Amino acid sequence: MDYKVTAMNRNYTHILFSLFLSFLLLGCATPQKNILETNESQLKLRSIQSRVFDINDKNRLLRTIIATMQDLGFVIDKADETLGSVSGTKRSGYTLRMTVSVRPKGDKQMVVRSNAQYNLITVEDPEIYQEFFSALSKALFLDAQHIE
Amino acid sequence: MVKRRHLGLSIVSTFLVFLCACQATVPKDVLKLPPQSLEVRQRETRIFETKDEKKLLSAGAALLQDLGYQLDESEVSLGVIVASRDRDVKSAGEIIGSVIIAALFGVYTPVSRNQKVLASFVTRPLDEKRIAVRVTFQHMVWDTSNKLIKNEIIDDPKIYQEFFEKLSKAVFLEAHGL
Repeated sequence: MDYKVTAMNRNYTHILFSLFLSFLLLGCATPQKNILETNESQLKLRSIQSRVFDINDKNRLLRTIIATMQDLGFVIDKADETLGSVSGTKRSGYTLRMTVSVRPKGDKQMVVRSNAQYNLITVEDPEIYQEFFSALSKALFLDAQHIE
Repeated sequence: MVKRRHLGLSIVSTFLVFLCACQATVPKDVLKLPPQSLEVRQRETRIFETKDEKKLLSAGAALLQDLGYQLDESEVSLGVIVASRDRDVKSAGEIIGSVIIAALFGVYTPVSRNQKVLASFVTRPLDEKRIAVRVTFQHMVWDTSNKLIKNEIIDDPKIYQEFFEKLSKAVFLEAHGL
């Protein structure tokens, strides 16, 4: 009888000890890894969401982005010329939120990046972003080039 | 016979599951220029013969305030003003209807309760002498059970017409269509 109890206790100690160890390992591994992690899919998403335009007039580019978003049915929520960003929401039964930001690339070009969220889903479909960039490129009378 | 019915039911339910799965994805055309975009642009835009963009923006802000809106955001260098208004939209007729339905059928039907209207007012110089003003209104309506029952752009041309009439009176300028 006594023997059985000690055996069981020993078993439990083993399990508890290994659980404790695995928690320690988990604690070490995940959070730090996530902070600066860049995986392939994130790089791919960035290239899906970005285009380069031959323009250096930030004000004109931002104003054209605002006009394009309005053509697409967005209400503008925020705009900041210093930061170079515009956010808007389209409501059509669903809620589509989008932030578009611009930054200079060299002296003669600017990179436009947009990211959209449909209800609670992040939009990752390249064709959907392509529609936005082709509307923007028509409004700017400029070609949208893919980022290298 | 019974088996066949079961088969039918399972096919239908499989399709329903598929349909649900489809709804969770993003529709392809959410960022596509709609065919009626030109018509919408005409409804929401007027052109003013002036080069004073700041005057138009401050008149727009004052008009929105007159109409009971709160200003949420503004960026003068980009010609943007963002405003919103919350309203109680309970209507006596709707409430009476709900009470009658509750009395007759014992079913509670929620009625519209709150409305939030969002407006963006954007100016854009077209050339040295003309500035385009585009205003867009959207509204959201919640019912008494706090469910969002309306979430869309306001497309009544009269509302836009009236807004621009008031704006042109405020700036002493004639508003031209596109």
